[in-house]
Amino acid sequence: MSKINKVFKNGKAFIPFITVGDPDIETSENLIYELEKAGCDLIELGIPFSDPTAEGPVIMAASERALKNGICTDDVFNLVNKVRQKSQVPLAFMTYANVIFSYGIEKFAKKCEEENVDAIILPDVPYEEKNQFEKVFSAHNVDFISLIAPTSKGRVKMIAKEAKGFLYCVSSLGVTGERSTFSNNLEDLIKTVKSVNPSLPCAIGFGISNAKQAHEMAKISDGAIVGSAIVKIIAKYGKNCVSKVGEFATELKQSV
Amino acid sequence: MNKGYFGIHGGQYVPETLMNAILELEEAYNKYKVDEQFNQELTYLLNEYANRPSRLYYAKHMSEDLGGAKIYLKREDLNHTGAHKINNVIGQCLLAKKMGKTRVIAETGAGQHGVATATVAALMGLECEIFMGQEDIERQALNAYKMRLLGAKVNSVTSGTATLKDAVSQTMREWTNRISDTHYVLGSVMGPHPFPTIVRDFQAVISKEIKQQILEKEGKLPNAVLACVGGGSNAIGAFYNFIDDKSVRLIGLEAAGLGADTDRTAATLTVGKLGIFHGMKSYFCQDEYGQIDPVYSISAGLDYPGIGPEHANLKDIGRAEYYPITDQMAVDAFEYLSKVEGIIPAIESSHALSYAIELAPKMSKDQIIVVNLSGRGDKDCVSIAKYRGEDINE
Repeated sequence: MSKINKVFKNGKAFIPFITVGDPDIETSENLIYELEKAGCDLIELGIPFSDPTAEGPVIMAASERALKNGICTDDVFNLVNKVRQKSQVPLAFMTYANVIFSYGIEKFAKKCEEENVDAIILPDVPYEEKNQFEKVFSAHNVDFISLIAPTSKGRVKMIAKEAKGFLYCVSSLGVTGERSTFSNNLEDLIKTVKSVNPSLPCAIGFGISNAKQAHEMAKISDGAIVGSAIVKIIAKYGKNCVSKVGEFATELKQSV
Repeated sequence: MNKGYFGIHGGQYVPETLMNAILELEEAYNKYKVDEQFNQELTYLLNEYANRPSRLYYAKHMSEDLGGAKIYLKREDLNHTGAHKINNVIGQCLLAKKMGKTRVIAETGAGQHGVATATVAALMGLECEIFMGQEDIERQALNAYKMRLLGAKVNSVTSGTATLKDAVSQTMREWTNRISDTHYVLGSVMGPHPFPTIVRDFQAVISKEIKQQILEKEGKLPNAVLACVGGGSNAIGAFYNFIDDKSVRLIGLEAAGLGADTDRTAATLTVGKLGIFHGMKSYFCQDEYGQIDPVYSISAGLDYPGIGPEHANLKDIGRAEYYPITDQMAVDAFEYLSKVEGIIPAIESSHALSYAIELAPKMSKDQIIVVNLSGRGDKDCVSIAKYRGEDINE
């Protein structure tokens, strides 16, 4: 049974993203507690990567700041270990294939299981290449999250059939980052998903930056994912960002 | 079996948003590569526009001076735009036109691929945008100007190390942003399938010609074929039609920068580890946590932390050999060829020449080395002069 299912049990989910180590590891820890307090249903923790090809400038810069702070994969696991002594809020890692591949897929997945990480999101691993990752994570009870995009067309059913946990629906073309409009075929995309996998929750992400957009996206799906807009607040306020992020997350959670 | 693998290397590690684009590209390529009209148009442009076939020149003075093997230079530097890059660009732009694309985008390091893409885009009436690292724009200002002159928009990439790897990342991001009318003209045998295969096929004309030309001139195959490797497109082009000829040594020379044992290097096959990056599984310069290393070489065209998957496999199976060449050795070879043969080679190609200088004296006079002279060196004169402590105005 997928641990992620509980995320979508209480109505529409709100899923924030932060980059671990931005501005520093202590603030990341406090942000997790604050986001849980704000009612967030799942928290995406970005493990920084030197060359994040699916990210726009805001999250790229966050990754660069975290790496400048010397954050490595072991630091991220140590943080989660610390968090788990106080909080059982569902957590997902979001990073790039090479971070996991170089750590050792088996070793990484086992650590996720030990630290009770619920899911893993790898934007540079499409359906065609997922087996080498998915099988290992699945054996350690970690959901390997699949993504679909407005360009997926004939691939949607194939991906949805095998998807675990929830399906990450990319809102529009391009990389992460705020935008004013979204693809106009999202409702159809989600209908297609539900037609082959009715119990699979779908959350929409990429470009959602305010309560109104979060509301609209959650209305046509099972939840909204917000990254860049939160990371921007962190970038602006640095170590003093926690309460500001909390306020923003509360507003977004209420809107979905 | 997954598609586009060479041994354990290759694959399609791209965001879902791009998957249909690369699948459509593969489908189109498979259709047109056997299409008679497409091949006629391609051959016409390669010959009439790009000046193929390129000469296989016997470097008599160099051979006699070194006193060993006979050295032949495959003159890719005499192609239109001054490097091998145009072979691939003509192929891909023709393919893009057939696919109904109206806009091309490309990354560039030294600027040769960017200039080639801007050139063919101008010829074919395609809108063109080039992504080039800020540092490379400074190192190769003339090429950046040429691209603009040819009608392309040049975007300066400031993220990361502001060099080739960042330009590739940014071009991938741009493609994700705008797919329906845009083709990404990837410049090397890297990235997700089908790029390593498409680029190799379009560059394989180099070894096809070398084989014919050397058989005509010498009546036998060469003992060794040498080429520089960054991503590896000129090398795979020079190697490809010799892979089954086991008597021919295939030798790739990578950029060691200040030395493969220093942290100022780009010698991927010497110091890299298996990883997944830029759409492919291959060898990459990276730290223990998989963060891609900032790499360094005097040559902007070899300044890349990865290597095409087919090269990674040729190394694994022992069919090709790869050795590091330092900045110093490449600069020496750059100056040597200029003086001995009156040919100014690209600093990239000078890495291959450097190894020829070392290897030739150890071989006998009836043996043959072919060096792929992948590009001309005009673009490098300012930076080599600077390397020698001389400040010249462009």
